[in-house]
Amino acid sequence: MSGQSLGASLPLRRAPSRPDLGALRLDRARRFVVPVLLILLWQAGAEAGLFSIRLLAPPSAILAAAWQLILSGELLHHLLVSLRRVAIGLAIALGAGVSLGLVAGLSRLGEDALDATLQMLRALPFLALVPLLILWLGIGEATKIALVALGATFPIYLTLFGGIRSVDPKLLEAGRVFGLDRAALIRHVVLPAALPQALVGLRYALGTAWLSLVVGEQINATAGIGYLVMDAREFLRTDIILVGLLVYALLGLGADQLVRVIERRALAWRPSLVGEG
Amino acid sequence: MAAPILRLRDLTRRFHGPDAPPVLDRLDLTIGAGEFVALLGRSGSGKTTLLRTLAGLDPVTEGEALLPARRAVVFQEPRLLPWKPVWRNVALGLPGAAEAVRQRALAALREVELAHRAGAWPLTLSGGEAQRAGLARALVREPDLLLLDEPFAALDALTRLRMQSLVAELWQAHRPAVLLVTHDVEEALLLADRVLVLAGGRLVQDLAVDLPRPRRRAAPGFDALRIRLLATLGVDEDGHDAARAA
Repeated sequence: MSGQSLGASLPLRRAPSRPDLGALRLDRARRFVVPVLLILLWQAGAEAGLFSIRLLAPPSAILAAAWQLILSGELLHHLLVSLRRVAIGLAIALGAGVSLGLVAGLSRLGEDALDATLQMLRALPFLALVPLLILWLGIGEATKIALVALGATFPIYLTLFGGIRSVDPKLLEAGRVFGLDRAALIRHVVLPAALPQALVGLRYALGTAWLSLVVGEQINATAGIGYLVMDAREFLRTDIILVGLLVYALLGLGADQLVRVIERRALAWRPSLVGEG
Repeated sequence: MAAPILRLRDLTRRFHGPDAPPVLDRLDLTIGAGEFVALLGRSGSGKTTLLRTLAGLDPVTEGEALLPARRAVVFQEPRLLPWKPVWRNVALGLPGAAEAVRQRALAALREVELAHRAGAWPLTLSGGEAQRAGLARALVREPDLLLLDEPFAALDALTRLRMQSLVAELWQAHRPAVLLVTHDVEEALLLADRVLVLAGGRLVQDLAVDLPRPRRRAAPGFDALRIRLLATLGVDEDGHDAARAA
């Protein structure tokens, strides 16, 4: 084989071994039968007057409310405010979690200095810090962002630290034998080995970020999905409340999908993903 | 013997403090450039410790060791980095421009007949392929001393035979000095110029193998050497433990 043709085949080859697509679609569709049935029952129950639509708006009203909020631009406005809080909070958490994880993971001194403290802090339910955060940072954006950052830092730190520490020593040895110095070992062996766990941590972090957002946005917010929900409660607009919940759910799902996509690209070498396409 | 490339004097290694019984006990060993040496020994005889010392993974604490600068190891498990495609594993730690390094890696893979898997992920390789990738990774460094740590032990019998002849061919093409750690007497006799037997941390036999190459199990003299080595290892021809039978 010539070097030329080899070069062309170097980008990873993926062997799609998909089962029959038609059968797959049917299989997927079947999973939605029960949820769709529940929604239909919900609608029918509301129309038959089985429960008060003031306390639980029917799906049709929720859709109508969502449509109105979209048309008026309100939903987008609040959504952007919420997304901004999560984005800034997560960025802080990533910075802090990754730095702390690297320092504690890569040096014994760093571990001794940081790990015990962080483990203790982790044991504290971070949402219990809300009163303190309000005293320290006020009731504005800072508290909401801090809450997101606080919640998301620990999963990132823990999994990165754990991932670094569980690197196969045999691979480290092989790296040393083949002339890698410490920096190269970290780059080529330690960090790639830690990545799968760290990405699990990232997924957890995103989950906690949404949770923190929900809590944070109930503290005197003037904008954001949480504000939309709290405001709707004042007027007993359960349809808008449910729109808010729906948006939270979709955001959570979307974030999860995002990490899955990252995983699929970054961890293409793993046996479960190799050959999956 | 050719100019020595490795020389050990009184090499001693203890694991549990200065008074513990040594794993390697005042070992003397000289290996010439281009010489193929096999090291036999029962488990616990110190084979792995010796190999790790020669690889530079364990420090020399007692005695002296003169070692060539360019050494490479093929481990019993391939120890490929799963997140790097095969050719990048071969190229790992090589100095030089990226394209030149890649070409060297691909050339090494061609030599072990693995060029078609250059872009594959290591976890998709078969045991034999992975071990050939490990061999390419060692060869590409053009070592003066090639250390083979039971590299065929985990392979099935047919793959093992092919790997053994591949190693013999590569050795004849490149002529590094080789130290093959194995517990397979026939494998040692098929490949090596000299067979050492390690027992209790000391070399108890140093046997020259004067059989013509390529080696055949049926060659005259092969069996006699085999029986001698087995006797040193304390096993009789039928595989019974001679020490226990006595």
